[in-house]
Order: sequence, then C-alpha cells, then structure tokens
Amino acid sequence: MTAVRCIDICKTYTQGDVDIKALDHLSIEIEKGEFVCLMSPSGGGKTTLLNAIGGLDIPDSGEVWVGGQRIDQMSKGELAELRLANIGFVFQAYNLIPVLTARENVEFVMQVQGVRPAERHVKSMVLLEEVGLEGLEDRLPAEMSGGQQQRVAVARAIVSRPELVLADEPTANLDSHTAADLMELFVQLNEHHQTTFVIATHDQGVMRYAKRLVRMRDGRIVDDVQQNAA
Amino acid sequence: MRILIVLVRLAWRYLWRNHRRTIIMLGAIVLGTWAMIFMTALTRGMVDQMIADGISAIPGHVQVHGQGYLDDPSVTRSIPLSDEEFAARFADAGFSAWATRVRVPAVITSERESRGVTLLGIDPAAERDFSFVDYGAVDGRFLESPEDSGIVIGAKLADTLETRVGKRVVLMSQDPDNDIADRGFRVVGVFEANMQAFEEGFVFVGKATAQKMLRMGTATTEAVFVGDDYRNVEPVYDKVAAGVGDAVTVSRWTEVDTYLGTMLKTMDGFVLVWMIVIFLALSFGLVNTLVMAVFERVREIGLMLALGMKPAMILGQIIIESMMLLALGLLIGTALAWASIVPLEGGIDLSAVGEGMEMWGASSVLYPKLYLEDVVLANVVVLVLGFFASLSPAWRASRYEPVEAITKVG
Ligand SMILES: Nc1ncnc2c1ncn2[C@@H]1O[C@H](COP(=O)(O)OP(=O)(O)OP(=O)(O)O)[C@@H](O)[C@H]1O
Ligand SMILES: [Mg+2]
Repeated sequence: MTAVRCIDICKTYTQGDVDIKALDHLSIEIEKGEFVCLMSPSGGGKTTLLNAIGGLDIPDSGEVWVGGQRIDQMSKGELAELRLANIGFVFQAYNLIPVLTARENVEFVMQVQGVRPAERHVKSMVLLEEVGLEGLEDRLPAEMSGGQQQRVAVARAIVSRPELVLADEPTANLDSHTAADLMELFVQLNEHHQTTFVIATHDQGVMRYAKRLVRMRDGRIVDDVQQNAA
Repeated sequence: MRILIVLVRLAWRYLWRNHRRTIIMLGAIVLGTWAMIFMTALTRGMVDQMIADGISAIPGHVQVHGQGYLDDPSVTRSIPLSDEEFAARFADAGFSAWATRVRVPAVITSERESRGVTLLGIDPAAERDFSFVDYGAVDGRFLESPEDSGIVIGAKLADTLETRVGKRVVLMSQDPDNDIADRGFRVVGVFEANMQAFEEGFVFVGKATAQKMLRMGTATTEAVFVGDDYRNVEPVYDKVAAGVGDAVTVSRWTEVDTYLGTMLKTMDGFVLVWMIVIFLALSFGLVNTLVMAVFERVREIGLMLALGMKPAMILGQIIIESMMLLALGLLIGTALAWASIVPLEGGIDLSAVGEGMEMWGASSVLYPKLYLEDVVLANVVVLVLGFFASLSPAWRASRYEPVEAITKVG
C-alpha cells in the first residue's frame, strides 16, 4: 500500500524579483512501513516537501496523496482532521506550546483527539521516559534545553501512534548518543507498528538508520537508494 | 466537550502569561462594571424616590374615579359608590392601604393673597401610612378626624399667603349644582414636603367637613389603593377593577401621572444606553488587548493548527479567553459595586451640593437602589457585546497559515 505519493509537484517562492523553485517537478512514492531519510544541502527543499506531504502547504501544481486520499484539494478543516488522526510531526524550528508543560505538550494531540485522561496520562509518561525525560514532566518549554524540547516534540509526534511520522531535523540539538537512542525508538516503532517515517536530516548518524535514502538538490530528487539499515 | 477543557486550559494559561496586560484590562472591566452598576443604582434610587414621593402625594398605585373626572375633576363627577360599599368590597382584599377622598380644585384666600390649590378632603387615619405628609412633623397639628374643622396647608403656601397657624383662610369651590361653595377655616397646621410643588399645591381638610362644604352628601371623588410595589401594580389593578364594576374609571398611577409614568419607562431605556456607552469605551481596550494577544501568538496558533486543531477551535480558544477575562472582571466589578452601594443604602446627603434639585422633584437625600435586574442586565450587556467584539480578532487568529508559524525562524 502506498502511504505517500507526490506527482510532479512544484512550489515556487518569490523573493523580490527572484523566483526560488523550492520544489521542481518532484515525484516520489513511499510505501507504508518505509523508513525514508531526506537529505540535501541547506535550501534543497526538504522542509518544503515535508510541508506538502503534511498538508501544511499546498504545492502550486501537481498532486499529493496521503494514505489513499488526495490532499492538495482538501479544505483546511479536512487537512486538520487528517493531520490530527494520521500524522505525527516534528518541526524544524518551532515545536512546543510555551504555556503547556512537557507532559501537556505530549498529551496535546491526544487531548484534541479526545483520548481519555487516564489513558493519555499513562501513554505520555511512558514516552517521556523512553525519550529520557522522566522527572521533567512538569517543566515548561522555557525551562528546558533545546535538546530536551526536541525530545518532547518527538514524544508528542509518536505518542498517538500515527501511521505517518514527518520529522524535520529531529536530532538537530542532540548529542550523538541521545540522537542514536531516539533513532532506535523510531526504528522500533517502524518495525513493530509499520509506522512510515520520513525524516529530513543532515546528520550522518541518522542516515545510518534509514532503509531508503533520498537525496535532493534545488527541489529535485537526485538520488534514491534502498540500503540495509544499520 | 473534552476539547472545551483543552481550550479553557489554554485560554487560562495564555491569559496569565502576560499578567500586566491582563491585569490592566481586568482593571478597566472592573471599573466599567462598577460604574455601570453604581451609577444605575444612584439613578434608580433618585427616580424611585421621585416616583415614591409623587405617588404618595397624589395617586396611590391604583385609583378609582367617577367617569370623566380625570378630564374634568369636578365635584359633579363623584364616584357612584358609597364608602360602605368600598369597605364591604375591599376591607379584606389585602391591600397595603386604601382610602376614599374628596379631591377638587379650589381657591384659597387669606387676608392678603389668593391662590388656586387642590383641596383634599381626607380621613387622616386612613391615609397616614402613604401620605407624603409626616403627621408628626407638622407645625401646629395635623387633622385629627374626618370632621376636623381646621385646615392644614404647606409651608410654601403659607409664605405666599402670608398666613400662619392660628389665622383664618377662606376656601372657595363649586357644589354639584355649580353654585359657589365656600367656608372659612382656621389654619391648624403647616406641613413641609420633599417637593415644593406639594407645599404649594395641596391643602388638607377633613373629609366630612369637605363634603358638607361642597354639599355633596357622603359622596367622594377619588378612591386610592396602595399595593406592595409601585413597579408592579397589576395585581392591585386587577382586584380593584374586578371589585368596582363599569360605572367608574380605574387607572394605574402611570396613567394618572403621565410625567412620572413616562419617567419610569424612560429610565429602563436610559439604563441600557448608559451600560452600552460604558461598554463601547471598554470594547476598544478589549479588542486591542485581544488583537495584541493574538498577534504575539501567531506562531503558537500556527503550531496548533499544524498539529491538527481546526480553525474553529482556535476561534473558540480566543473567544473563551475573552469571555474569561470579562467574566472575571464582571465578578469583581459586581462585587465591588455591591460592596460600595450597600453601605450607602441608608442615604447620601446631597443637600450641600444638591440645592435646587428639590425644584424638579428630587429630594436632597439620595438612596442608591441596587436592583437584581440591573446587575443582571449589566452582566449580560458586557458578556453579549463582549462576545461580538471578540469575534473579529478571534476570526483573524483562526485564519492563520500553519506553515508560516513553523518555518519562521527566530
Ligand atoms: N516562506 C518562504 N519564502 C521564501 N522562500 C522560501 C520560503 N520557504 C522556503 N523558501 C526557500 O525555498 C527553498 C527550499 O527551502 P526549504 O526550507 O525547503 O529547504 P531545506 O532543505 O529544508 O533547508 P534546510 O536544510 O536549511 O532546512 C530555499 O531556497 C528557501 O530559501
Ligand atoms: Mg528545512
């Protein structure tokens, strides 16, 4: 089954009189259960592609299909529902709601989904422990380091077991050891629950875990290889 | 339902993230609410008293007259019911008070001056409870019985006529055959009233004495009935109307004294306008506060949308935040208004600043009056209008693009 399919998508940003082709007639197909790493030099279009797949940004042309549904023509409300139910996000720049504690941030998506408090509580505590944040549940984002915040975001992205996880530089602020732990967690989820992962990264350490490496440049895919994960 | 809890928690946290702004806005709402309720209570108190004074002087809550009397208050249009018939029908009806009177226009003449007045022939015992004259505070004495042969006049009139207790005056009016009816009286008492108009316009004599002077037998021209609440005279009206039949006119006080009646009606409108005006002043601050709160939260709102909150939930969140702020302000403002009115209910003496207020019918002691309806109205006005004022900033917030939030760096 195809989890994600992009057909000939283009996205152009205009800055001053310069047109920047962030995505340039890009097509890609990702099967359910794949573990994909997106790599490119900075500005290569990784974030733009993840946003298109997540329905956060609509391409100028082309089609985007997620889980068998065409999403580039959906309304905002439908997109929100799709994201809430099916997609876990780790964003590159801004992830946590500053007025909520670590645990409340992890529970946020489940809360909006309407998961019962007891269940929410157990799940969030388990995941916070798995990402190595036990004892920090009640801290506000401002009271945590960048790496800790990042781990809260990761916990939130996977806590409700979405079918698809889109992670933009999830290890950017982490030391190699913690980064490796997180990746192990991702791999576990991927193998046990067939969760599809699409991860944008510069990190060589992260790439080792990928089963499929997609290299981009100037909004195009320049290389797409399967590899044996570490 | 669950989502509401999430929204309420977020709204509450955001409200207190910027204490200073929230507290300033809260202060404005508290002040506005206080002003709405306090000023309304003052005005209500003033009007209440004007009306209460007016009613006690003239109408009684519900009145019965002979047909045509209200247009031409003459002795020829007396009530075709005897005092005995009234007593038989209403003695046990449960009114606070009731009485029958003779009330006709007359001319009073002293050695020096003449004036047109309203002659009230009363049974002093029956009217004691609702008369505007404090029997105990009369210079000289008040009437003692319906057969009393003296006359009691107002202080102002006594000045004008250059007469005083112990002197004689002459009253002149018409009998039922339109012949002159007159009689000399000794001034036995001079009263003071809250309103100058009463002191100038009314003279009291015994009911039987008046009937004899006017050659009208035992007839009367007016019956007055007093209930518990001048704002709600319908129960009294219905009972009286059912008891007296069709040969007479039954009127509510608002129909007899259209000036005071209109005033009471206008008051309700005035109170609402006053509340809305204060709210409009508040709404600028409120909208501004919300716009700022939303603006500094662009990224967080974008993030929530990106994570799967629907725009409607963002809209709800901002509106809840605004409603919380208003509700909190209303609570404190209402409590404060209550706390500042209750100690004043004994009366605020305005005689120092209020010279001349008496002329247009207000007395110099102001009794603020806190009505539950007014408090509810103030709260409803603020919440309902506040809801609409919040719509625009909230709607704008719900239109944000999630992608702007998560890609913007810094
Ligand atoms: N909102 C925007 N306005 C203008 N240009 C943009 C915008 N977003 C992205 N771009 C441009 O589109 C191109 C692709 O950007 P994108 O963020 O997808 O790259 P990236 O691969 O994620 O880079 P990085 O590794 O630095 O995160 C870049 O040239 C970027 O400058
Ligand atoms: Mg990027």
